[in-house]
Parts: sequence; C-alpha cells; structure tokens
Amino acid sequence: MPEQLAFAMEVTLNGLMAGVLYALVALGFVLIYKASGIFNYAQGVMALFAAMTLVGIMNGQVPFSHLINAMLGTEIHHFGWHVPGLLAILLTVGVMVLLAWLVQVCVMRHLVGQEPIILFMATIGLAYFLEGVSDLMWGSEIKTLDVGLPQGINIAIEDATYKLFDYGFFVDNLDIVATVIAALLVTGLVLFSQYTKQGRAMRAVADDHQAALSVGISLNFIWVLVWSVAGFVALVAGIMWGTKSGVQFSLSLIALKALPVLMLGGFTSIPGAIVGGLIIGVGEKLFEFLVGPMVGGATENWFAYVLALLFLVFRPQGLFGEKIIERV
Amino acid sequence: MLDKSESFVTEDGRTIGGVVMEMQNITLRFGGVVAISDISFDIREGEIRAIIGPNGAGKSSMLNVISGFYVPQEGQVLYHGKPRPQMRPYEVARQGIARTFQNIALFEGMSVLDNVMTGRLNHMKSNVFQQAWWKGTAEAEEVKNREVVERMIDFLEIQHIRKTPVSRLPYGLKKRVELARALSAEPSLLLLDEPMAGMNVEEKEDMSRFILDVNDEFGTTIALIEHDMGVVMDLSDRVVVMDYGRKIGDGTPDEVRNNQDVIDAYLGVSHD
Repeated sequence: MPEQLAFAMEVTLNGLMAGVLYALVALGFVLIYKASGIFNYAQGVMALFAAMTLVGIMNGQVPFSHLINAMLGTEIHHFGWHVPGLLAILLTVGVMVLLAWLVQVCVMRHLVGQEPIILFMATIGLAYFLEGVSDLMWGSEIKTLDVGLPQGINIAIEDATYKLFDYGFFVDNLDIVATVIAALLVTGLVLFSQYTKQGRAMRAVADDHQAALSVGISLNFIWVLVWSVAGFVALVAGIMWGTKSGVQFSLSLIALKALPVLMLGGFTSIPGAIVGGLIIGVGEKLFEFLVGPMVGGATENWFAYVLALLFLVFRPQGLFGEKIIERV
Repeated sequence: MLDKSESFVTEDGRTIGGVVMEMQNITLRFGGVVAISDISFDIREGEIRAIIGPNGAGKSSMLNVISGFYVPQEGQVLYHGKPRPQMRPYEVARQGIARTFQNIALFEGMSVLDNVMTGRLNHMKSNVFQQAWWKGTAEAEEVKNREVVERMIDFLEIQHIRKTPVSRLPYGLKKRVELARALSAEPSLLLLDEPMAGMNVEEKEDMSRFILDVNDEFGTTIALIEHDMGVVMDLSDRVVVMDYGRKIGDGTPDEVRNNQDVIDAYLGVSHD
C-alpha cells in the first residue's frame, strides 16, 4: 500500500476524532435550541466556566480569592486540599445546575414570549457576564486540567497499523476516550429524551408552550432542566478540550467552531450535530492534507465556514433539520 | 333550587351529581377592559355544561380562568367545595382538569400517538433512571398508560393515523387528536373551547357524538364553549349565557331558549 494512502487514512481517522469534539460542543447548542428556540451564544463560555470550575475545585482554590483579598487585605488563595477528579466533576455538575437555575430565574423567565433575536441578545450578554465571572472567580491564568484521562499515542493502534501498512498511525488516547464518552453521552441523551417522562415533557415544551401547560408540564422546570443538561454537556466538552489544550480563554471560542457544524447538521437534530461534527472534522483535515499544499496551507481556519455557506445556499435546513415550509 | 351536594336524574335517565366546581363572583379585567363582570355559576359532576354567547362575550376568558391561564382580579374558584388558591395552568392540569383550545394546541412535530401519550405525563410516577432503563415500576406503568392511550385512540376512531405526524393532518382530525390527548389524562373535568369551530355539518355531528359518548361512557364532567346555539341546545344539560362579560341566563336549554335577555342578545337588541 502506498504511503500516501495510509497517511490519508490516518488523517481521516484523526479528523473523525476531532469531529467528535466539535460534535460535543454543537450538541449543547442543539439541546437548548430544540427545547426553547434559543440560540445559546453562551454555550462556549459555559464550557470554559465548567472547565475552570472543575480545575478550581480540584485544586482547592478559593473562589473570588482576588476579590476577597483586595477587599479585606487578606492573602488567601487555597483551601489547602485537593479534591479527587470524580468528586470534583460531581460538584461541578452541581454548580452547572445552579447556574442553569440562576439563568432561568434571573434572565430567561422574564423574556418568555419575546422575539428570538431578543433571547439571542440575552445569551450574548450572558456569555460576556459569565466570562467575567469565571475570571473573577478562578483567575484568568492558563491552567492545566488532568482528571486522569489517558493521553498520548495509542501504542496498540500504532503497532497494528504498522504491521498492516508499514506505517504506524498516530492516534491520541484522549481522542479515543472522547469518542467513547461522546457515544455514551449521546446514547444517554437519546434514551432520556425518547423514553422518560421528563424527556417527553422536554420535547413537548419545545413544540408548543400552551399545549404543554395544558397537559400539566411546568415550563420553568423544563427550562431549568434543559439548561442543566446543556451545562452538563458543556462540562464534558470543557473537560475534553481543557485536557487537550489547557483551560484558558480560547476555550470559549470553540463555540464558533460549532456554528458550521450546526449549519451542516441542522439546529434541531441530535444525530445531525454528531454527523455534522464528523463531516467537518474529517473534511477540514482531508482538505488541508489534499488541497492545503496547493494554496499555501492554513485551510483549517476557513474550510468549515465555506462548507457551511454552501449548505446555507443549497440546503438551509441542514442535513437532518426540520424542513422549513412556509404556507402562503 | 337544588342543594349543592344533591344529585338528580335527567330526562334521558343520566344521573347528575353534586357541584364539582363553583365560580363565585368572577371579575376579569385587561387594563380598562372588563372581560368578565361578576359572574357566578357552578358545574355539577357528570353533566355537560355549556357556556354560550355572541363573539366577544367573554366565554373563552371564562374557560381560561377555570384552567388557570387567566387570573381573575376578583372572585374565587371552588373546586370540590374548597377555595382554589391561585394556580399556574400546569398545576390546574395536575388537579385533573384537562382542556382543548379554540385554535388547536398540539405538538405538531410529534406523531398522533406521542401527542396522546403526553396526556399521561402526570400519571407517570417512576423516576428518570427506571424509565430510561425500562426497569422497576416503569414497565408496568408504561403498559398501563399505553392501554389508556390506545383505548382513547380507538374511542375517537383515529387508529389509522396513529403514527402520522400531527402537522400533516386536516383540521377536523387535529381536533379529535386534541380531544384524545385531553381524555387520556382521565380528567375529572374536561374543558372544551369551541370544539366545533370551523367544522362542516358532518364533522360537527361527529364531534357532538364523541362529546356525548365521552360523557356517557366515562362519566366525564364536561364544560364547553360554543357559539352555535343549535348544537349546544341538543348537547348540554345546562347552559350559561354570557353577553358583554355579564351573565344573562343560566338554566336548562329550554329555560334559556325562552329567556328574553338571551333572545335579545342573539338578535342584537341595542344595549341602553
């Protein structure tokens, strides 16, 4: 087998893995959009906030320590304990639920029935507010996140492919873990939304508020639930990206990578988010590999957006989105 | 005048029980507009109670007060003899009061079956994990819920469209699906907001038959709104007549038919 082909296969494989990470972020958007028609601009910042909170809890950092020290003239930074990864994750989930509840009570509840653009603006506000709060709470320096996920090259895959193609593939263990976790997450979400009472209620609220009320569904509860689930997905995305490239401000920008994924997959489809993520992941890696050298490289920065633009022109509802039919 | 708890037998041999719901001096205002002005009436167990009146009389507002969508400024609602505290619509629904809407409120993206299943949401007691894993009480519960749902689907003769997305259905069928969803909650009080609006004669007859059958077979108490006098008179046991937010008549169809105020309201005598 020619080395070029083996190399292309490796690129594709790595593209799939990267795509899973994009899909994870896109999933958070889809969840909230499906259940409330809100495009949640803050999803990326939620991932950042979740990752920072997780690191902060694990390191036993005192929240708002800079603020407290500046006001009281004290010098406290750490509680002096370390929280094990799993416990810290559970605590962070709690924080994300609390955040969901606050968002609902302080912001979204007062905007029920407003135009989508108003709700969108509210989430932009929320994004910047949350960004500020995370800095204030945990400090703005770059942190490393290690919850004990395996990292580095997967030897087994390298060996196997070396025997087959005379060329060892480089696949990061973390990417494999991310794929497994994403698969579990999606299965869980599908089970939840298809087979449980709360899932049914969530779909009902997404469809018609009045009808939902008339069968005894509390809109407030469902919205808090949806924001909590989105917060949880943000945490998972935050852990994966944070482990990969450190917990820092740029983490919130992964939200921008999720946009083309959503345009491809459709804003309302969970499978769409996954497939869209994979297509973009593979597409941009292969494009860089095949076409990149001819145009001077750096195609990964724009490939996804051009693809999304093409979709907007020819299939605006995305691959799996609900078809937009307007009756005249 | 009958006692509140007293029951009686109608001409066609059905037993009407005591008072289930009582509206006392309800007044509802939107800013300066008075939608309902000091209205009192009651609904008895097992009866078909109609609220009629010309357009803009405040009928729908009244139904929305009963179902908790509107909160009246004055007056109180008694449910099973107890004053009902101010409630959100979903809390009212959980008390066993189901409703349909004038402009159909269905879950358009879901199938007929899923729509009707949502009517059972408040009958599901097992927790999230049991439901997701299909373990514990969840399975038995789901089977029971399915039975109720299928019975209602059979009852309203919509078996052939069980799996069809609601958005593809014609108007008349949507109305039936909405009724099936309300019924699957096994409500103690069923509120119907203009169940026959926008229907042709044949569909109206079908719907009348369904309403009578529901009342007959399940003994469901029904309060309905309608502006078509003819239909209402055949269907209901007692009728409240509203005009300009006031109650101008209350009684059996015959009594109401001969009420001078009611005749005036429908023939359009000027108010002075």
